Amino acid sequence: MWSALPGLYGVPQMELGAAEIGLLALGARLLGSGGGGDPFFASVLALQAVERCGPVRLLSADGLPTDASVVAMGMIGAPAVIIEKPPNGRELTDVVRGVERRAGVETAAVMPYIVGGVNTLLPIAVAAELGLPLLDADWTRRTFARLEQSVLTLVGISCSPVALADEKGNVVMVESSDNHAAERLARAVTMAMGGSAAVALPPLSAFDVSAHAIQGSVSYCLEVGRRIQAVQGGAPGALRELLAYTGGELLFVGKVIDVDRRTTAAFAVGTVVIEHLRDRSRTLRLETQNENLLAFEDGRAVAMVPDLICVVDSETGTPITTEELSYGQRVNVLALPSAPAWRTDAGVALVGPRAFNYQLDYRPFATAATA
Amino acid sequence: VRIGIDIGGTNTDAVIVDRHERVVAVAKRPTTDDPLTGISDALTTVLSQVDASAVQRAMLGTTELANALLERRGLDPVALVRIGAPATLGIPPAALWPDDLRARALAGYTIVAGGFEFDGTPIAPLDEDAVRRFASSIAERAAAFAISSVFGSSYPEHALRAAELVRECAGEQVSVTIAHEIGTAGLIERENAAILNASLLSSAERVIGGFQRALADCGLSAEAFLSQNDGTLMGASQAAAFPILTVGSGPTNSIRGAWHLSGVADALVVDVGGTSTDIGMLAGGFPRESARAVEIGGVRTNFRMPDLISIALGGGSIVARRDGELHLGPDSVGWRLAREALCFGGSTTTLTDIGVAGGRLELGTLDPGALGSELVASALTRLDATLLENCERMKSSHEPLPLVAVGGASELVPERLPGVSEVIRAPHHEVANAIGAAIAEASGSFDRIVSYQHRPRADVVSEARELAVGEAVRAGAARDAVRIVSVTEIPVTYMPGGGCRLQVKAAGPLAPQP
Repeated sequence: MWSALPGLYGVPQMELGAAEIGLLALGARLLGSGGGGDPFFASVLALQAVERCGPVRLLSADGLPTDASVVAMGMIGAPAVIIEKPPNGRELTDVVRGVERRAGVETAAVMPYIVGGVNTLLPIAVAAELGLPLLDADWTRRTFARLEQSVLTLVGISCSPVALADEKGNVVMVESSDNHAAERLARAVTMAMGGSAAVALPPLSAFDVSAHAIQGSVSYCLEVGRRIQAVQGGAPGALRELLAYTGGELLFVGKVIDVDRRTTAAFAVGTVVIEHLRDRSRTLRLETQNENLLAFEDGRAVAMVPDLICVVDSETGTPITTEELSYGQRVNVLALPSAPAWRTDAGVALVGPRAFNYQLDYRPFATAATA
Repeated sequence: VRIGIDIGGTNTDAVIVDRHERVVAVAKRPTTDDPLTGISDALTTVLSQVDASAVQRAMLGTTELANALLERRGLDPVALVRIGAPATLGIPPAALWPDDLRARALAGYTIVAGGFEFDGTPIAPLDEDAVRRFASSIAERAAAFAISSVFGSSYPEHALRAAELVRECAGEQVSVTIAHEIGTAGLIERENAAILNASLLSSAERVIGGFQRALADCGLSAEAFLSQNDGTLMGASQAAAFPILTVGSGPTNSIRGAWHLSGVADALVVDVGGTSTDIGMLAGGFPRESARAVEIGGVRTNFRMPDLISIALGGGSIVARRDGELHLGPDSVGWRLAREALCFGGSTTTLTDIGVAGGRLELGTLDPGALGSELVASALTRLDATLLENCERMKSSHEPLPLVAVGGASELVPERLPGVSEVIRAPHHEVANAIGAAIAEASGSFDRIVSYQHRPRADVVSEARELAVGEAVRAGAARDAVRIVSVTEIPVTYMPGGGCRLQVKAAGPLAPQP
């Protein structure tokens, strides 16, 4: 399934079939950084679509004509709603047709607006259904809960008009003055649609995508998934290999002793306390807002957003989302560096700790931390 | 005085423990097709050794129901009504189930309009006609019904109404499992658990009914319990309605039994039975639980279960060479071991015969030279390598750990394994499961919608913990030994300051009886 095909425009292509969907789902769980929802149902949708319509071609953005039209899409809403009310499937194609109609262009390719969590795999289902290629790029390469928290905002590309669609056939276009307003209004529409909705950004040219988006996100996710699979299979040194590939660190090994969840208007906020497995005087506290945002040991922040803080099952290496965290679980906490665009002053200003109301200055996690 | 019974694939074991949880009587009898005869045999044997009137409680643990799922045996075809259209249509019921299980356990399904949004707004009015049409059309092909509903844990009205309609159309006697009564968050996981539960009802009735009749036949008036996945007790009638909550009890009991017999709180536990070997971990005297979504028979559910590796190798595993390749299992002679194994005069080469020839077991009579020494050596090497590999997968570090070997065929475990500090074989290890059932704990739970708007969460949670502990004590647990097993919070309204379903479970060993 993972085969190099001659590229349409001289660029190597890959095919995404059932095996790749499985690996992407694993990688997407980790890149969700605790949020983004369990990719399980998105993989069911993607698998069904690929089974019905054949595998999806993965292209790099410069493999398309520069003026080709690309739609970034996925879902927004509370993961707790999505696992309780899985989608119909039609809202995903409805929403792409919605932005297409509005812009008066024909879509040449789709791409994930977020690689991480459920959003990674939904565009595969859409690409298969519509017979389009998938671009190997995204706008976050980790999960963020808010629409404006994307590289689009950093580079000054507008999300207006963003389209939202629900399972009942409703499609809403939101024209907004800036991306912050787009988020606020889209969120209100999402709540009115029942707490989750399909979302598509206005079409961009392949040139803009190749100039500004985070390139290679889908294949990065796939490679991460391949390395998690090795950890799950018990391959010696597999965790080290995963950390080496991502440039990550093992922060802590312990047992979950408290999970406090509070749900605000649309986001799940919580605090998770993990006791060290051997030294019970040590605890790690995670602050979460849909995603794991901060990790404190003894009051000292040891990892911060926008870097990824990921909790994985100690024994199996399977990533655990914040909703799945529960008392007594034995876990490893990993820190992974975010995409380079986020580790800039502008990136930190948009998605650093202060953007989430924590009065802390971003510092990259220390390498060779002691776990 | 308590009786613990374990129905395994090969043997039915019974033990009696006294008020200090000391083993005072033990019996092992072949499992019978009707579990009743095997249970009665085992019970009669142990009861002949004690005063039957002193028996106050009888606990049953069994792998029968788990095996029914694993082997797709005796499963009833279930008709599923999912309430939630037009939402959820993208994920059909039983998606990603193994095909053979879906074919046996799911007679058919319908996804009807209805269900609720997070805030209680109906997605659509319940399509009552669709429920009636489906129930009438499938009634003849389905032995039981399962009903799942979007946001059904928070808003059960549509699911309850659909259950009424199903009974109207398919008969008042038809069994209906409503998903929110067994599972919690996640529509698909809850629905999976409901289908499996409904599919197990008649097997559960056979096993649990057999257990209750056997107790009555022996003149016992003891209270009947089943042990659940987490090792705590559940009344027999409730277990008959929710058998899915007991499918993990076999391994849990064997790990708890291994702890009781060995006195070692942290160890690998290897339970070698007739058809399979389970490898688990004792952590602080309890089974280490799996943190991932647990699959039962290849199906995702949201239960917490002991972390376990099962391999299809046991005393009855058939050893054969095919196409020059050595095969150990997965086929097994099971309970026919005593007839079919070479060492018992049969004609099938089993792992037991290999163990006898290799000097690990002393059983029956085997002609020296009946098996080639090369076959014996390579089969044992393969067995040890398989055990070693799986023990390593189970451990969380490379530090050596003790290994507690239990189960009828546990002598097959070698004296030494790399990474194992010592192999412990305690007296009565062959009935560890039944002992685990006999020492199962009483539990209490708190499960209510709470709000943190007017009281701090810490106060609400600590009150819930106290109430759960109080209930466990009333169920017979010793107060000073009760601990909190799990705390789960599920937001209900997803609104600011909104409610939360708070579930707390407490459990503790039974207080010594006067």
